[in-house]
Amino acid sequence: MPVSVRDVAFEPYSEVVAYQQQRFASAGAFGASAVFVGTMRDFNEGDAVRGMTLEHYPGMTERHLEAICQDAAARWPLLDSLIVHRVGEVEPGDAIVLVAVWSAHRAEAFEACRHLMEDLKSRAPFWKKERLVDGTRWVARNTAGYTAGQSEPTKG
Amino acid sequence: MNTTAVVTIKLFASLAESCGWRERQRALAGETCILDLWRTETGQPELPPRVLCARNMAYCDARTVVAPGDEIAFFPPVTGGSHAG
Repeated sequence: MPVSVRDVAFEPYSEVVAYQQQRFASAGAFGASAVFVGTMRDFNEGDAVRGMTLEHYPGMTERHLEAICQDAAARWPLLDSLIVHRVGEVEPGDAIVLVAVWSAHRAEAFEACRHLMEDLKSRAPFWKKERLVDGTRWVARNTAGYTAGQSEPTKG
Repeated sequence: MNTTAVVTIKLFASLAESCGWRERQRALAGETCILDLWRTETGQPELPPRVLCARNMAYCDARTVVAPGDEIAFFPPVTGGSHAG
């Protein structure tokens, strides 16, 4: 259940293929894999966004991601999971987050993947600061997942 | 000063920007909870409801009593994951 926080761009689908080949040596070892990839948009709250700085809490962030993977493995019969999250300077189109889950059947793969993503968004210590045309602003809250969210601009 | 009776205090993101610092160390004087540290370090009487706190990299309540060597962090609501929601 590896987790990785990186300050350089990564290619999420290559990560999935590489990890899958390393982790599951035998053909037929899993029946389902669910993959979520979050990518940076070039707009938010009606404004063009030129880029973003993603801050994290080194140590706590990794610890939190590991804990939610262990929690998911306790709740669903998973074979494995993988999380990669970007930090630092991010450009539109860059992958921000990869969550992949492998299991015997599809239900637990879908459910655990969504659970990991929602927990990551609501509890993992990451913060986004957007670069706009006329300044920067911290993203105050995530966009809606299971619950409605909003952003409070503080341009400066 | 007993060097073990010190805690590290960290701020992140918009909170670090608005306070103008990210990390400092403070000697403990008697029983101290996280809210006491917040009051001393920021001058604000209460912890705003949106501010989160962690003790040794685990979320905790502001009334938690700190111990020498602890790392205490305050930060705004988290916004990780996909930008696309």
